Amino acid sequence: MILEVRQAGFRYDLKRMIFSDISFGLAKEEVLCILGPNGIGKSTLIRCLANLNPLCAGSIRLHDRDIRSLNNRDVATIVGYVPQAHDIVFPFPVRQFVLMGRAPRLGLFESPGKDDYGKADEAIDLVGIGKIRNKPVNEISGGEFQLAMIARALAQEPEVLLLDEPTSHLDFGNQIRVLEIISRLAEDGLSVIMSSHFPDHAFLSSNNVAIMQHGSFMAYGLAEDVVTEENLKQTYGVDVSITYSRDVDRHVCVPHRHGQCRCHDRYPAECAGQTGCPVLQPDNGLTFQNDN
Amino acid sequence: MTLLPAETPGTAQRDAGTTALLRQAIAVPAAGTILVYCLLPVLFLVSLFIGRYDVVPEHVVLLLVAPVLNLLPAGIIHIEPVWTAAEANVIYQIRLPRVIAAVLVGAGLSMAGATYQGLFKNPLVSPDILGVSSGAGFGAALAILLSWNMAMIQVSAFGFGILAVAITYLLSRLYRTTPTLILVLSGIIVGAFFTALISLTKYVADPYEKLPAITFWLMGSLASVRYSDIVLVVPLFLLATFALLLIRWRINLLAVGDDEARALGIDTKRMAQVIILCSTLITASAVCIAGIIGWVGLIVPHLGRMLVGPDYTRLLPACLLLGACYMLVIDDLARMLTNAEIPLGILTAIIGAPFFAYLLGKRSVGWI
Repeated sequence: MILEVRQAGFRYDLKRMIFSDISFGLAKEEVLCILGPNGIGKSTLIRCLANLNPLCAGSIRLHDRDIRSLNNRDVATIVGYVPQAHDIVFPFPVRQFVLMGRAPRLGLFESPGKDDYGKADEAIDLVGIGKIRNKPVNEISGGEFQLAMIARALAQEPEVLLLDEPTSHLDFGNQIRVLEIISRLAEDGLSVIMSSHFPDHAFLSSNNVAIMQHGSFMAYGLAEDVVTEENLKQTYGVDVSITYSRDVDRHVCVPHRHGQCRCHDRYPAECAGQTGCPVLQPDNGLTFQNDN
Repeated sequence: MTLLPAETPGTAQRDAGTTALLRQAIAVPAAGTILVYCLLPVLFLVSLFIGRYDVVPEHVVLLLVAPVLNLLPAGIIHIEPVWTAAEANVIYQIRLPRVIAAVLVGAGLSMAGATYQGLFKNPLVSPDILGVSSGAGFGAALAILLSWNMAMIQVSAFGFGILAVAITYLLSRLYRTTPTLILVLSGIIVGAFFTALISLTKYVADPYEKLPAITFWLMGSLASVRYSDIVLVVPLFLLATFALLLIRWRINLLAVGDDEARALGIDTKRMAQVIILCSTLITASAVCIAGIIGWVGLIVPHLGRMLVGPDYTRLLPACLLLGACYMLVIDDLARMLTNAEIPLGILTAIIGAPFFAYLLGKRSVGWI
């Protein structure tokens, strides 16, 4: 286990507990996706994991050492943190921006050298934003900025990457591109924790999923076990169907309109004539009716 | 961990484009850097030529190099004094200390301004944001009111400048929210308080003798600078400047965001303390030599950003040099424009404000 969280709890003030009793571990090459409604504390949890907020209860251990016993720099050599997109006042070129990721590897009075520029360029190429490396960060698009922030975290050469809603503010194509990059990084040996608003993203790029609700993990485990219709109904208060798509060979998550008929759990006979609707058969579960 | 580059089609083509772009991006800042580095020696010399008493330019140069060359082992080069005693006096005792002071003040204020703009992530911040100028102004006004001598006025200004920032910092520690915003607000509170105290000293001051003295001091001037003033502040000034130059790359990280800087391994609290300490020492030194001079610390960093870009590794040295140049020009104008000297604070704003408006119009500052 690279990262181990035991009974973690956090609150900003005495009145409101943000989360409590959260425990999980993160192995090498594992991707953990944290789902949950707005304002439930996903970002706070990720900030705690990056040692930006100190826990009020429990512990976070990096390589079996308590995170509180490590200084910012020690943490930064193991954990790379990618915050949500935000405004940057000064027009740093992308390359300079990514180069800042070398900070934990440099001495207090040191400026980055040739080697560090090389590492920064490597990270830039890895996320595929080589074309804009000399553009100021406040002139690039939201998707490019998100990738630049990921590149900066990669320039840290971390073992764990923490991403706070890496796909928010991104268009459909960029969301998928970012998720693909995350999957590829995990294959290359990085462990990833990311928060997301889209249950589909859990199927796309994660091994493990945690659903955060009422200040704790209400479900934690493999994506197929955790992202269920019941759990999503309970978390987001909307009806969804989780169906298997043969086209893409994975589960997909389809939201219902309010009061819409759910074919397979109500009246299968009634829906049987409609195309693509699964028919419940007593012996072998769901089967799909042919389109013709 | 092995990381393989993303496979993107048309890599070769992209690389060619990148090289061109790179060259383009480097070309302008490099020209800017060269300009910045060459300007200061020229202006330094020109400033020594200028003045109401005519000194032959060659004599100025000889006066400057003679003491150094004559120190060399006997007989290699020896420069005979061709200048008059009056010329030597004007150059050594009046112009040279004044020009050195202008360089120190301009360089210091610009560097402190640039650093604060990074620390507060705000391009509109100047070095007196934490109340150092108001504090120093009150210190000087109080000393003038109490008829203290020149040296004590400077000590008082320096002390109260530091005190004001210390109060600001302690005040900000009382509240536990967004540190930089609270710092700025505390600075406004402390600044307002000391400004009121300045008004109070002016109100009770004798209107024929002390009030003009206070008013003049507050408008800033380099007219009466002596070597002793410079020697007084130079050690701390150089120490603080050197410290800021050493950590300058890391100011970049603060300029991007506190949280991110921390996530990148920076001890942001300690770093902010060091920056505030150094900038305050520099600004207080500048204020106690020259009085309150606004605008330099605000516009020179922007000029620097336009010339060499926002990276503090290059920006801070550039601000140092540009600020010195700007101050030399302003001081030369203050000496030349009219028979009576114009206070520097007036000139920096009268020239600085339209210049700043022009810069904003060029839209190349990057943050609008």
